Order: sequence, then C-alpha cells, then structure tokens
Amino acid sequence: MTALVALVVALLLLWLALWTVVARDAFVAVAGFVVYGLLLSLVWVRLAGIDVALTEVAIGGGLTGALLLGAVGRLRGTEAEATAERSGAGTRAFAVLLSVGVTLVLVVCVLALPESAPTLAPQVAQNLPATGVGNPITGVLLAFRSLDTLLEAIVLVIALIGVWSLAPDRFWGGRPGPRYSADPDGILAYLARLLPPIGIVVGLYLFWAGADHPGGKFQSATILAAMWMLVQMAGLGDAPRIDSRWVRAGIVVGPLVFVAVGLLGAWQAGAFLGYPDDWAKPMIVAIEVALLPTLVLVLALLLNGAPARDPARGPVSALAGGPSAGPLPSRPAIPPGDRPTHPSDEVQT
Amino acid sequence: MSVVLDTFSIVAIVAGLVFFLAGTVGLLRFPDAYTRLHALTKADNLGVALVVIGLLPQMDGVLAALKLVLVWLLVMLSSAAVSQLIAQSVGRREPGE
Repeated sequence: MTALVALVVALLLLWLALWTVVARDAFVAVAGFVVYGLLLSLVWVRLAGIDVALTEVAIGGGLTGALLLGAVGRLRGTEAEATAERSGAGTRAFAVLLSVGVTLVLVVCVLALPESAPTLAPQVAQNLPATGVGNPITGVLLAFRSLDTLLEAIVLVIALIGVWSLAPDRFWGGRPGPRYSADPDGILAYLARLLPPIGIVVGLYLFWAGADHPGGKFQSATILAAMWMLVQMAGLGDAPRIDSRWVRAGIVVGPLVFVAVGLLGAWQAGAFLGYPDDWAKPMIVAIEVALLPTLVLVLALLLNGAPARDPARGPVSALAGGPSAGPLPSRPAIPPGDRPTHPSDEVQT
Repeated sequence: MSVVLDTFSIVAIVAGLVFFLAGTVGLLRFPDAYTRLHALTKADNLGVALVVIGLLPQMDGVLAALKLVLVWLLVMLSSAAVSQLIAQSVGRREPGE
C-alpha cells in the first residue's frame, strides 16, 4: 500500500516537473514549480528527512516561488513577445542534444554508484555527543561541515549585494521595491495583523528546537522573513532603506561572528572552526543566534529586490525627520503614475 | 473503547475525504473563478475539519491534539484569507463579471 502511494507520488512529481518545463505561460510554470516543491517535501518526509522537508517547503516552495512570482510580474510586459519568438532549428536541435546528453550522463552516474553507498553517518552518530547538539543535521551543518555553512552564509550576503547593485545610481541607498498599499480594513491587513505573532513564535520555536529536533536557523529565518514580507505587502510596514546602519550591521553580523568563532577555534583548538572541548554547544548557539538576523534580513531583502525609490524623495526624507516620523507620513508620497509597478498593482487596470 | 474510537476516526476521515473529492470535482468542473473558489474553500474547509476531528482520538496526549487543532485553525485562516484575496484579484481583473 505504501509502495503504491510512493509510486503515485513519484509519477506525479515527474509529471509536474515535465509540466513546469513545457508550460508556455510563466505564471503557470511558477505555480507548477511551487506545487512541485510542496510535493517534494512530502517525499522528504517519507524518506524521514524532516529537516530537508522543512527546508524544501520553506525555501524551495515558498521563498523561491515568491521570488519567481516577482520575476513573472516584472516580465509580464515582454512575455507575449518572448513566447511568440521561435528559435531556429539549429538551436532547438542543440537544446535537445544537450538535454539528452546531460540526462544520459546522469543516468550513467546513477547506475555506476556502488551498491552500498559510501556514508559517514556512523561516524557522525558516534561523534555527535561531543558537539552537545542532539539533531545530527545541526551537528553536521555547524560542527563537522561548518565551513560549508559559513560559505553558504557569505554567498547569501554576496547574492544580496548582487541584487542591490542592479539599482540605478539615483536610487542607491533608498528603499527597495514598490511601496505596497492595501486596504487598511481589508483581509490582507487583517491577516498581517493576526498572523505575525503566531509566525514569530513558530519561527523562534523552530530555531530553538533545531538543536535537538528537526528545524534550525534557515527554516526559522524563512518563516520570520515571510512574516515581515506579509506586513510589508499589507502596507503596514515598509522595507528598510538599504543604507540604514542597522540593516547593514544585521546583514554582516552572522558571517562576522562565524569567522570570529572560527578564528577562536584556530587559536584555542588548533584548527579554523575547531571547537575547544566542552565549548562546542555554546559556540554553535552563538553562531546560530548571530546568523538568524542575517538570514532573516537577507531573505526578506532578496524578495524586496533592488532599491527602486529615490532616497531623497522617498517617504523618509530629511524633512520628515527620519523613521520616527510615524506610519502616517510614510504613506506613498510618490504620485501613482511614478510608482514602480508590481504585479498586484498591475491587475487594477 | 478503542474500537469505537477507531470507527469514529475512520468514519470522520472518510467523510472528510468525500468533501475533498467534492471540492476537487467542483474546482475542475465549475465554470468560473468565483464558483471554483466557492467549491474549493467551502468543501475543503469542511474536509480538513473532519479529517482533524477524525485524527484527534488517535493523537497521543492532549498537547499533540492541541497542536493539531492549532494547525487546523491556521489552515482555515489562511484558506479564508487567500480565497478572499483571489476573489478580489479576479474582481479587479474582470469587473464585468
């Protein structure tokens, strides 16, 4: 029975993957991709990879889906042209050859795998008590392979810098993306008032539970960032200016603390990112606590996109007296025609 | 006692699945976005409720059962809010309908 369910889910996944690839409409493809992520997380649950399932559903389905939806909104204007364009026979033949070639290489690699796959799981299980954490995934991410996690955090920061550098010069230092406005008595504002307290509790719980149970900073940061985005999209809050010192400090604090802990290890334990005896758990917690604001800020600001509002003309001008001016003066000061468009704005026409 | 509880669970969950099926059929068969939303939200909310009620006796401990109830409330909140948002967006796009 369970084998039948697994077979159905596997076939459904393959069909969804194919559907996502062949869909002509970008929005439809993204919808397919999100459902694909949700279904894939079910597969991970079935394979007992709860941590991976949580990450897949939060990052793969949720965050990437939201990023792609934003991209679809921006591409709306040129989509008809792009789909009408037919590539030449040579390009098509080359694409087919390339895809078939990659698939063949993958098939050969999978078939050539040794019968009992090489694994480090027994060593991890054996040495896990030394790290003081109970969740082997956290142990691997922050003790045995912490260098990978450090580089991952740095890559995220670099990605954000990359997105920011797409901003035109005049917007540099300003607020990213459009200023969302929604009916203050509407359902979205209601949801944005009701859900964040629950979401923050759930996010922090996931963060703290990550030491001994599935969860951790990444899944937690995604939920917290989602709550922040909800507040922004409901028009109850605004994205921060990217030249704000607090934002920048929050973004770099994670990698900086991580590197500092690594150097401390080089000094005290004889290896970069080595943990002195009995100090593993506090150091892991320190890294996790420092990484949380970094991840929340980076994930939310990645969704916000490049700065698109003039820092001098934006809601917080020098005259308005800074962010303490309160929520009312920060209502859109930009005339509607001048506002950067967003998919939710576009449907009003 | 456990036989009674198990029977209760099975009946409730099967009834919930029937509502899910009905909601899905409605989603596939109804003519426009509003009626499709109607089928989906009404029937699926009832389906989720019945599945949760059916699962409650199977949980070990009151805390786990409370978690399940919390999940149910969150699902209801999100589906109610999202269906309104979708309906609003449809309304803006096709003001004539």
